[in-house]
Amino acid sequence: MTVNGWLQLVIYFAVLTALVPVLGAYMARVYQGERILLERPLGWLERLIYRLIGPSSRNEQDWKSYGKTTIVFSLVFFLVLYAILRTQGIHPFNPEGFNSAPWDVTFNTTSSFVTNTNWQFYGGETTMTYFSQMAGLAVQNFVSAAVGMAVLAAVIRGFASRGTRELGNFWRDVTRGLIYILLPISFIGALILVSQGVIQNLSGYLTIHGLGGLDQTLAMGPAASQVAIKQLGTNGGGFFNVNSAFPFENPTQFSGFVEMIFILLIPAAATLQFGRMVGNRRQGWALYATMVVFSIALFGVVYGAEQHGTPAQHHAGENTAVADGTTGGNLEGKEQRNGITDSALWANVTTDASNGSVNSAHDSYSGIGGLVPLTNMMTGEVIFGGVGSGLYGMLLTVLLAVFIAGLMVGRTPEYLGKKVEAREVKLVLIGLLFTPMVALIATGIAISSKYGAPSIFNPGPQGFSETLYAYTSQANNNGSAFAGFTGFVQPNAPGNAGSYGITFADILGGLSMLTARFVPLLSALAVAGSLSVKRIVPAGPGTFRTDNPTFVLLLIAVIVIVAALTFFPAVLLGPVVQGLTDQLGFPT
Amino acid sequence: MRRDLTASIVAAVVFTLLFGLAYPLITTGVSQVLFPNKSDGSLVKVDGRTVGSKLIGQSFTVRRPNDNSKKPKYAKKQIKEPNPRYFQPRPSVTAYSGDVTFFNNLGPNNKALMQQFKGYIKTYLALNGPYDQGLTREGIPVDAITSSASGVDPQISQANARIQAHRIAAVRQIPLDRVNDLIDDNTDGRSLGVLGEPGVNVLELNIALDKEQS
Repeated sequence: MTVNGWLQLVIYFAVLTALVPVLGAYMARVYQGERILLERPLGWLERLIYRLIGPSSRNEQDWKSYGKTTIVFSLVFFLVLYAILRTQGIHPFNPEGFNSAPWDVTFNTTSSFVTNTNWQFYGGETTMTYFSQMAGLAVQNFVSAAVGMAVLAAVIRGFASRGTRELGNFWRDVTRGLIYILLPISFIGALILVSQGVIQNLSGYLTIHGLGGLDQTLAMGPAASQVAIKQLGTNGGGFFNVNSAFPFENPTQFSGFVEMIFILLIPAAATLQFGRMVGNRRQGWALYATMVVFSIALFGVVYGAEQHGTPAQHHAGENTAVADGTTGGNLEGKEQRNGITDSALWANVTTDASNGSVNSAHDSYSGIGGLVPLTNMMTGEVIFGGVGSGLYGMLLTVLLAVFIAGLMVGRTPEYLGKKVEAREVKLVLIGLLFTPMVALIATGIAISSKYGAPSIFNPGPQGFSETLYAYTSQANNNGSAFAGFTGFVQPNAPGNAGSYGITFADILGGLSMLTARFVPLLSALAVAGSLSVKRIVPAGPGTFRTDNPTFVLLLIAVIVIVAALTFFPAVLLGPVVQGLTDQLGFPT
Repeated sequence: MRRDLTASIVAAVVFTLLFGLAYPLITTGVSQVLFPNKSDGSLVKVDGRTVGSKLIGQSFTVRRPNDNSKKPKYAKKQIKEPNPRYFQPRPSVTAYSGDVTFFNNLGPNNKALMQQFKGYIKTYLALNGPYDQGLTREGIPVDAITSSASGVDPQISQANARIQAHRIAAVRQIPLDRVNDLIDDNTDGRSLGVLGEPGVNVLELNIALDKEQS
């Protein structure tokens, strides 16, 4: 570990912390329907969309109505995306002449993008037409993010409400989030990325005769516009197979920094959006502090582990110490410009947020290094988490923490002046335990049946880790991978000829993503609906405070205990065994 | 229900047009005007001929006839090996492919990975050992003996470049100091002096070497 490495961490969180209150306040204004500057240039677009959508965009909705619209909306987009991905043969913007991937892979991909997961069994540059990337996948990057943010806005209104049933209007929330938050930031972000060297064109792949004497074909495409929204919307699906490790997605140290800021930006700002909307910014800061403490602690673990190097390196006789002009450490599957620090930081923030884009190969991380991204996901993606979904998950966790504190002192628990009673606690538990349940059951089925085996690449405990990581990632809508794990076999043949999917992994993964997205989402809405009709009791001297360091500690403890109780046995079998041994194993 | 359904279908059409076509196409247009070279892949030309992308690593190899020419099966096959006249990039498991990318993905305790590493070390020592007498296994920087994530890492570490400089100076008969100057000229420092790691751009450095001698 180096001084520069820690300095980069400080700079990263300083910049993020400076942006959080600004964007948080802005997001609160957007969702509270207040006047904002961007209405001047873009207001016509908002009004046009409402006119096209019709009367649905006018009435207020209670939680059931809001939830129903969310489901119908997502279902329609699911069908549209599936149709787009299955008709690649007739697409415009298809210079490489790609055909569609098989139905099972497409089911997985569609589930993945509709749920804001962006798990990818396919390789972008060998599978997708530019039309699929733009009109199929990138549209979902926008829309699934906007849905998460809309649901969060509705949930916050439930917490803040003074006794009404209404949580807002789905169409307005989605539209305003898209037009006033995601679109302008993505556009500026895309141009910043192009200025660093991320490509943005519609040309066919380019074959050149290299200076080194061999021919090389370079993949092309409209990458920057998609990379910007994939980071901002915590989607994470790579334009190229190796994601943001590929220089055309992330060419410089500065582009890496911008992309990492984009990854946490909206989930982090959502804490202050929440603080503003409930009229108490300290509550927002308390949640932000919890997330930052957790994130920095786990960065320390992955940074230290990767800087130490791996048994394979040490047995081969590599010197992994830092020295003048070399990063040292486990640089296998990492890029020189990112080194150990930025690879470790990226691995940490991309799994803090449910982003899942990578700038290094997680499968080649050391045992303990690989445990960190896995742990981040196992917290249920509440440390920052997905756009929208992260904070509504966190709010459920807060209610659980308040409930536990209430049990300890023997008082009826309250949060923000609202009593938390049996109905809410039941819903909270459904929301919090459903995702880990899906992850563990899916892992169990995959490991114990012969159908799970073809997806595994590495032998021994690493193979188990790959499976555990895959289903934890998909259930938590993250999308990063121990990428040896596969569900799609593509021979390098023109137009995808002869490719086939591993049906079991595709279907099990797809179902994990869909169920674990929408059950917690509906639980959060139901909790909000239940809280919204309660009256706010003014705070008194006996009120349990939820905006001070004590509460932050309690919240961290609850997150750690819930995750540990759920996942400890599984984690022991994979990454921990891997991290404790120095022995090497042969591939079987 | 029916109202939600019709509204969703309308939204699907509107949002696809807006975010799936207008947004990327306008971004493409603006990028092409503001940053034409970068939008198209930061291509580098030498004497009017495109020789690669600044951002994408490529292999620098020479072909030589196979020694094993007694066996007719191999007689016509040529062997590609690292060209000692050029700085060598980091190892790649994708043969520096720019259009089919994948990770190596071998786990930290995988014996196959250790064997790969041993191969990289052997190659590096064979190539550079004769020119840098003090070079030992322990002295090789990690970037030279681990495969990159993208398979096309355009950079190597400064320490790696300094070791290879001995070979380049001897083979090309340029003073070592001059080679080291060229390395400095083609090093991308940390962004804003602090972000990321510094690295030496292999393609640009090799172009500079060729220019030096032309």
